[in-house]
Parts: sequence; structure tokens; C-alpha cells
Amino acid sequence: MARSVTIQRKSLNTLIAWIIGLLLFFPILWTILTSFKTEAQAIADPPVWFFFDWTLENYRVVQERSNYSRFLWNSIIIAGGSTILGMIIAIPAAWSMAFVPSNRTKDILLWMLSTKMLPAVGVLYPIYLIFIQLGLLDTRIGLTIVLMLINLPIMVWMLYTYFKEIPGEILEAARMDGAGLKEEILYVLTPMAIPGIASTVLLNIILAWNEAFWTLNLTAARAAPLTAFIASYSSPEGLFYAKLSAASTMAIAPILILGWFSQKQLVRGLTFGAVK
Amino acid sequence: MGQIVLEKVTKSFGDVTVIPPLDLTIEDGEFAVFVGPSGCGKSTLLRLIAGLEDVSSGEIRIDGKESASIPPAKRGLAMVFQSYALYPHMTVRKNIAFPLRMAGLDKAEQDRRVEQAAAVLNLTDYLERRPGQLSGGQRQRVAIGRAIVREPAAFLFDEPLSNLDAALRVGMRLEISELHNRLKTTMIYVTHDQVEAMTMADKIVVLRAGHIEQVGSPLELYKAPRNLFVAGFIGSPKMNLIEGAEAAKHNAKTIGIRPEHISISATEGRWSGVVGVSEHLGSDTFFHVQETGLGETLTVRADGEVNFRHGDRIFLTPRDDVMHRFDDKGLRIA
Repeated sequence: MARSVTIQRKSLNTLIAWIIGLLLFFPILWTILTSFKTEAQAIADPPVWFFFDWTLENYRVVQERSNYSRFLWNSIIIAGGSTILGMIIAIPAAWSMAFVPSNRTKDILLWMLSTKMLPAVGVLYPIYLIFIQLGLLDTRIGLTIVLMLINLPIMVWMLYTYFKEIPGEILEAARMDGAGLKEEILYVLTPMAIPGIASTVLLNIILAWNEAFWTLNLTAARAAPLTAFIASYSSPEGLFYAKLSAASTMAIAPILILGWFSQKQLVRGLTFGAVK
Repeated sequence: MGQIVLEKVTKSFGDVTVIPPLDLTIEDGEFAVFVGPSGCGKSTLLRLIAGLEDVSSGEIRIDGKESASIPPAKRGLAMVFQSYALYPHMTVRKNIAFPLRMAGLDKAEQDRRVEQAAAVLNLTDYLERRPGQLSGGQRQRVAIGRAIVREPAAFLFDEPLSNLDAALRVGMRLEISELHNRLKTTMIYVTHDQVEAMTMADKIVVLRAGHIEQVGSPLELYKAPRNLFVAGFIGSPKMNLIEGAEAAKHNAKTIGIRPEHISISATEGRWSGVVGVSEHLGSDTFFHVQETGLGETLTVRADGEVNFRHGDRIFLTPRDDVMHRFDDKGLRIA
């Protein structure tokens, strides 16, 4: 029997969805609003909502005080680099696990996931020492490698579940149709796997972009990405809320825009396998 | 052209032997059907011929050429899968053209052959659609189209009709038979449905647990099943198998009589029994007769007009000239 949904029920659902949505979005909205206030308005009690003197002053000061484009560039290189590097490792790994599984495949997958259960701070000290030894401290390449390793289990898992959904018979059909391994991968597997690869790439860029623990601990000046840029404004002294908000807005804007345009792809990728 | 010879072919997965040493020859142009209950190794056998599985030992010769070590792409065979296995990201045109593209044919020739296949299979209007936009029967036709364009040495069908509904299945059965008559190419067809086997095959290969139980034309298998397994498997409804005193009268451990070879009467006959369930198909009626004293419920075919009710006592007479006799090993006594 089809469930009949009354109008009241529907509007209630809509209302609840909007409330949850707004609650989730509120911190971002508040940050953006605050970034256009003066420092005094930013800490005003009761808080001012929309009716204040909109100003770009904070952005000007932030621009003057620090080199935004350098942080941005570092973020792009670190997030992009770790994603590309990760995909180069994760695609063949997931591929072989999905299509030529061994008795140990499930164990390896679980073991990889288990590394994500370890609190990051638990390995900070050894990694810090390794970085000093190898001279990787405050370098983009070092950070790229660390972020790649942090996110690799997620990438392999996502791709694995995606590849798993590609029926083996289609690959066999390609083989029967005269395709060699190269053609099979190029014309059949890859086109079918592209949605999965794309959403894995997107999610990974977002995760790497927002990663703060490692970026703050392993960088100083040269390789610092936007997360460090934000942190530099959270000073315990002085009134810096508005400027902190401006910095935050500038840091999250690129990834927010990317996420907005790719949301359909992302949702599809993240729910793949669960909803068919 | 497309003779396929298997010599002492075996297949094991680890310690499990799926195909014990097996010899089989399928002649050029023949329509061979592998039939047997699920798990009998018929699909494995087909996949060995296709090259999707490697033989553990033995030889496979296609067209006289030793092929057991050649990859599937190079064997010149085409396969239609149970799930159709169409490429979801390609249009029907590209799906059908794929094997031609792999063979390196030029675009014009590809188009010509695709159009030709589409015309044969009534797919011309659907060439620009994707598989997701087609019905089950149309997808099946695309899969067949993809197989025929490359003009293979032989076609391999792996239970191709089992995902279709009953009416479509009958239609596609005819279409595949028609295709075979026109192309005269070797076809190997795997099914668990003995009706498909009987209606389509030139040669039926009955398999059980990897062993070939019997090879022969549909009528040979129907008229002279080599053992009890084939006797019970071929024919619908199943042959009645009777043991005990009645069989001993015929100097056999078991006798078999098909439902259509027993005449039915309200007044007299050799055996008697009480009507249980009757299945009315219109043209025929099948009576399941109980309390016959023969130890079994007998299935009897009668004309559609014959009407007995549940509980009626009736009389049955088997035709002795078409009675099958089997010894204590279950083998046919000539």
C-alpha cells in the first residue's frame, strides 16, 4: 500500500528540513555576515543581524596584513597534489581489490580503515620527528604526502565500492568482443567508473582543503595553506572577530563554490551503493 | 568453419573438480544445447570454450586450431550473456559496433554492418538510445546484434532467455532458431529449461555433475534415454518411473512410461487409480493419479475434453511398445 502523505505532514517535513538546513548553515552564514561588520558590531550584545554598516574594511586589512594569494596557492597545491597522488595509488589498488580479489582483500580493506580510528595526535610526534629528519617540515611536498596518506583509506574504500558495482559480465563481454586489457580499461571500465572517480576526487579535495591538524602542526610560513591563514587571525589579544571572519570567508569561498557546483555529483557518489 | 572439439577437458577450482575429463564434438553449423540442473557444470563448460575460464587440462580445438591457451578475444567466438552485459554508457549503435571497432574496421563498414544487423533484429528505431531506455526483449536483441555483426565462428548463449517473461521467451526462442536457420553458424546454447533444449537443438548434451549423461538429437533423447537421469530430465511432464513387481514383470529394475503413452478410461484398463489434482491446459489435461498400487503418483496426459473429477476412480493402460526399461544400475535395457 502506498503511504499517503497529507498536506500537513508534508509541510511539517519541509519545515523541519529547513530548520535543520539553517542550523547547519548558520555558522557559515554568521561568519560571512560578521566579516562585513566593524569589530565593535561583531561583538555587539544583542547581536546585530542584517542592519549594520556593511563594510569591506576587514577584507582590506586582511589583504594588507597577509599575503592571501600565497596561502591560497599553497592550499591549491596541497589539496590538488595530495588528491592526484592519492588517485594514482588508490585507483589501481581499488581496481585490483574489486576485480581480482584474494582471500585477504576484506582484511586489507578493514585494516586500512582501522588506521582512521587512530587519533591523529597519537602519531604527531613520530611524524614530526620523521619530517625533521627528512627535512620536510614546512614544505608543500611533505604536507602533500601526509594529507594523501591520511585520506588514502577513504579514497580506496570509495573507489572500491564504486568499482564493485560494475558487473563482471560486462568486462567479460568486452573480452569476448575482442577487447584486449588496454581497450577494456579505456573504453569500458573507465567510462563506467568516471562518476565514482569524480566524486572521490571532489570529496578528497574538500577533505584536504579543510584539513587543519597536520597543516597547522607541520608548517610555519612557507608551506602554510589557508587553514593556517585563518588560524593566524584567532589571536587571544585584541578584537579580531570581524577580521577572523573575513579571513575565514576568504578561505572557504573557493571550496564552497566548488562544492556548490558539484553537489549533484557529490551526493550521487556518497550515496552510491546505498541507494541504487 | 566452426567445428568445436573438446578433448579430455577438465576444470577444477582448487580441490573441487567441476568438469572431470570430458570429450565432445560440436559440428560446424550445429545448434548444440547444454542442458542440466543448476550446478551441473554447463555454464562452466561454455566459459571454458569461450576462454573466460582456463582449462585445468585437455584441449579445445576451434576450427581445428588448438585454442585452450588463446585469450577469448582471439578465439573468434561471440557470446550472449544472461544479464545481456550491454555497455550502459554507449548507445545501441555503439554497443553493436563495439566488436567491429575492436577489430579495426573502418567507420563506413561499421555503420553498414550495424544497420544491417539492426534491420534484421528490428532495432533500427532504437539505434541512438541507450540500453537503460530499452525493454528486456530489446536489450536481448541488442546483445544478439552485438554478437552477429562480427560474423563469429560460433555463437555462445549463456541462459539468454531466463530474464524474460514467459511470452517474450517463446518469441525470442523462435527468433534465435530462425537466426540459426539463416546464418547456419555453429551455436552453443546453455539452459536449464528442457523445453528450450527440445525445441531449439540439433544436438542436446545432457550434463550432470560435469559428466555428459547423453548426447543426441531431441527425439533420440526422448525415445531412447540412456539412463534414469536423462529419462527423468527430458520430457514434460516427467516420465513416470515405476519400480517393484510391475517392473519385474518386464524383467527390469525400473520401468518408465511417459504421461502421453498411457491411455485413460472410466471402465477398464491394466492399472487403476483415483484422480488427484488435474491440470487443465485447454488442449491437454494432466491427471495426477493416486492409489495406483504402483507406489507412485502417476501423471497421465489426456485430451482436453476428457473430464474426470477429483476422487473419481479411473483405469489406465500403458503402451508397451514405448515402455522404457532400466536395469539396477539405472541404465537402459535395449
